[in-house]
Amino acid sequence: MANRTAALMMGVALIAVAGCAKKRPPVLPPAPGESTTAPGTGGEGSGQVGNGALPGSAADFKRTVRSDTVNFALDSYDIDPEARAILDTQAQWLTQYPNVRVTIEGHCDERGTREYNLALGDRRANSAKNYLVARGIDAGRITTISYGKERPLAVGSDEGAYAQNRRAVTVVIS
Amino acid sequence: MLKLRMTIAMSGCLALGPLAAQEAPPPAPLDVPQVATPGAPAGQDAPPLEVDVTGGISAPMPIAIPYMPTPAVQSTPAGSTDDLGRQLAEIVTADLKNSGLFTPLQPGQLRAVVFPEVTAPAYDYWGGTGAQALVQGFVRSNGDGTLTVGCYLYDVFSKIELARQGFVVQPSDWRRAAHKCADTVYTRLTGEGPYFDSRIVYVSETGPKNKRIKRLAIMDQDGANHRFLTNGQSIVLTPRFAPNQQSIVYMSYVGDQPAIYVYDLASGRQRKVVQGVSLTFAPRFSPDGRSILFSMAQNGNTDLYRVSAQGGSPQRLTNSPGIDTGGSYSPDGSRIVFESDRGGSQQLYVMNADGSNQRRISFGGGRYGTPVWSPRGDLVAFTRIQGGFKIGIMSPDGGGEKLLTDAWGDEGPSWSPNGRVLTFLRSAQGSGRSQVWSVDLTGVNERRIGTPLDGSDPSWGPVRP
Repeated sequence: MANRTAALMMGVALIAVAGCAKKRPPVLPPAPGESTTAPGTGGEGSGQVGNGALPGSAADFKRTVRSDTVNFALDSYDIDPEARAILDTQAQWLTQYPNVRVTIEGHCDERGTREYNLALGDRRANSAKNYLVARGIDAGRITTISYGKERPLAVGSDEGAYAQNRRAVTVVIS
Repeated sequence: MLKLRMTIAMSGCLALGPLAAQEAPPPAPLDVPQVATPGAPAGQDAPPLEVDVTGGISAPMPIAIPYMPTPAVQSTPAGSTDDLGRQLAEIVTADLKNSGLFTPLQPGQLRAVVFPEVTAPAYDYWGGTGAQALVQGFVRSNGDGTLTVGCYLYDVFSKIELARQGFVVQPSDWRRAAHKCADTVYTRLTGEGPYFDSRIVYVSETGPKNKRIKRLAIMDQDGANHRFLTNGQSIVLTPRFAPNQQSIVYMSYVGDQPAIYVYDLASGRQRKVVQGVSLTFAPRFSPDGRSILFSMAQNGNTDLYRVSAQGGSPQRLTNSPGIDTGGSYSPDGSRIVFESDRGGSQQLYVMNADGSNQRRISFGGGRYGTPVWSPRGDLVAFTRIQGGFKIGIMSPDGGGEKLLTDAWGDEGPSWSPNGRVLTFLRSAQGSGRSQVWSVDLTGVNERRIGTPLDGSDPSWGPVRP
């Protein structure tokens, strides 16, 4: 119970910091968590990085990597050259912040049946995960979740929408 | 608690079978002599009255279901008995009409049947209406708070009684008496099994396509008695009834850990079936209710497993590097139909229940998924993806394939308990909105089953006891 309360207060503190971030210019206290406890964050731990986001944060990830999303061909889970280039930048960032954990979401277009797409989304998420692991990221830092066709990004029923919806999205969770 | 009442109903309040002697035409309307044998064959010179269910193109049978009188107008928690008599006739009418095999005359335009007439039909009048069969009945409020509904089926031309049944129900179950009456008529005239007194569990949908809110919901087969089971906070998918109808197995994203759960209808509680963090999905009960067949994905590979309905460690049934999912048992539990992309594209396979003797059965071109074995055992229904998504059937050895629908997005068939009708989801191009539909296994009588919001993943439960 005490732990939970402490964790809760930490959360409140975090929110407070985030809330202040916009109004109070340059010098922010280091974010609790990553910057103080993560040895790997090195010299960049005590302040903002070039992109204006807290180092090691989800915002930092999104601004630093080429994309948080890789796309796939129809009914495929192959990592193509474009996806490799994207995942390489993700691996680089994850190497820089070794205490950060991520979830990779696998998604499909609507042209597969519901259960098959759950399996296909799982395949896609694991393809992206395996690539990052091959790039030296600890598998224990990466969880996967398949959404099948339940959470499309583009809502149309056309080839353009389908191409956007066949994707694996890397989401920073801590 | 609905469940409690149901249990009571099962243990005797819903009395089935021919009206017992002591309560036969309960207040034996005017001591009309009982007609010899219910269900007696028509006389030798009259052809038997029956509906052709094979072709699906022969003319539906005209049938009359007049309002059901009451011996005494009394108020009940379900309404007054005379009003119930009208509604009961209308429910029987709707059931038979929706089967596609009958063309009921409008109950409100028929002769007002008085109570003593229930067991002594005015055959000459009914002969003049064009009806070939006649359903009469009555409703009575009993001293103990229950209702008795009598249901009589007559052959108008041969002027004989074909069947009679009496149902004693709690007022809250009054609609079930109408469905049981319709089932009596349907089974007697078609030779098919009953299906009107059954429920459908499905996923109620609302909200934008990229942020759909999905809730488990349950309703009677005709859309009545609708209620939501989950609140929509987590995505829920693919609910399926346990054979005893006391629980539902489905998939939920609760806690962002998508996995299969068993939902207990009486308590509203749910429990995770397979412990651990692996993605588990595509669950279905075995016909005896003791096992749950499901899929589990591990490191990007999905296989079929079986686990005790009580939980425990799963037994692996397939071991291919492809996606093996969508498993469904044959009604005798000896075989399983499933889908796999092991050969390069999603196709249907059959294997023994222990996983042995796996072989492909679909070869028609395009992809095939969501197989489900008919409760009769002789057919497998599926979704075929070729151009659009279509509902089709084939025999379990792969022969006799036939597509039943031709729309943009029909998916996920589920059999009616008598194996004669399929319910499925139909989704619209663009908006992605989906609704619950049904179609006969002959490919006719396509119709929407009304739901308060959009709906998907319908699963038809067994006939209620």
